[in-house]
Amino acid sequence: MAKFKKKKDGDLPQPSTAALPDIVFMLLFFFMTVTQMKNSDIMVADKLPTADTVERLNKKNDRVIYIHAGKPKDRYQQKYGTEAKIQLNDKLADVSSVREFVVNEIGQRPEDVQKLMMTALKVGNDTNMGIVTDIKEELREVNMLKIVYIAAKPGKE
Amino acid sequence: MPKRSIPEVNAGSMADIAFLLLIFFLVTTTIEQDNGIVRKLPAKQEDIPDPPKLKQKNIFTVVVDKSGQMLVEDQLMDIKDLRKSAVAFIDNGGGVSAEGNKCDYCKGEKDPASSDHPSKAIIALRNDRQTKYEVYVAIQNELGAAYTELRNREALSLYNESYESMNSKLKDANFKGNKDKIKDRIKVLKDMYPQFISEAEPKK
Repeated sequence: MAKFKKKKDGDLPQPSTAALPDIVFMLLFFFMTVTQMKNSDIMVADKLPTADTVERLNKKNDRVIYIHAGKPKDRYQQKYGTEAKIQLNDKLADVSSVREFVVNEIGQRPEDVQKLMMTALKVGNDTNMGIVTDIKEELREVNMLKIVYIAAKPGKE
Repeated sequence: MPKRSIPEVNAGSMADIAFLLLIFFLVTTTIEQDNGIVRKLPAKQEDIPDPPKLKQKNIFTVVVDKSGQMLVEDQLMDIKDLRKSAVAFIDNGGGVSAEGNKCDYCKGEKDPASSDHPSKAIIALRNDRQTKYEVYVAIQNELGAAYTELRNREALSLYNESYESMNSKLKDANFKGNKDKIKDRIKVLKDMYPQFISEAEPKK
């Protein structure tokens, strides 16, 4: 009996915290199912454009090659400057490396998917069109003609 | 020994473990944004010795300069008027198609100075290298919307269903109806209003 604390009069019983981890697990499961592991930190292009004629891409990620382009984000501006750059997977690169990158990526996918592939261009709002046009020219050279300009559906303002 | 009640496990540390995992997932994952405007680039080909003659009236020029100002058919236009203007051009039907058919579904002005037939109507877009991407996407959006608007209108009159709803049915994995029939209908609509958006080399 001496092991229990002396109950003072008028002391309310402590609310049970057994349910707290359950709530947290619910949030955790939500994130686990709704999100995907980032394969690399996106160093360029913070704001994506909005458009109302966007279509959903098929969720089949192995058919899509992502190319990011834009001005480096604030954190990386000291290192990479403020000129628009292209990011392929996890490295910043130049327009000249786009062709090789795309060919490599196509080669890595299974044979039957290779003909159905598309390229997703995630470009920031204030990027100049010059670099985007260069990327598109490179894609034409390797015959990757199906492209998607990633944009968000406008939110209900 | 007197019966002891089993001490309760303190559940506070369970919550800490769960929070740790949650923060890990918050930091290493993204909610992937998978929406976008789909376009097909023209194939790269050696210069055709004899490019097909295109009449100027069948070409709808949209030129954007580096400050984002847009010239449509050599006249300054605001982005919000682009959709209507493009619809009027595509739907004009002032002449005949390549096979010699008149456009019997066009509801346009039939102006002889504008496009002959939707199958001949080409929208030629040209940017400057310094044009902002935001402006470019907005223009692509409006042009795509112009085609969708016309296809929707015809779909409603022919099949009592909008083009957009047909597309979303095709994409819906749970749709139980006849997808092939929908695909054929969509093909008909796309042939009625084919999307020809060509892009020229940007001005340096």
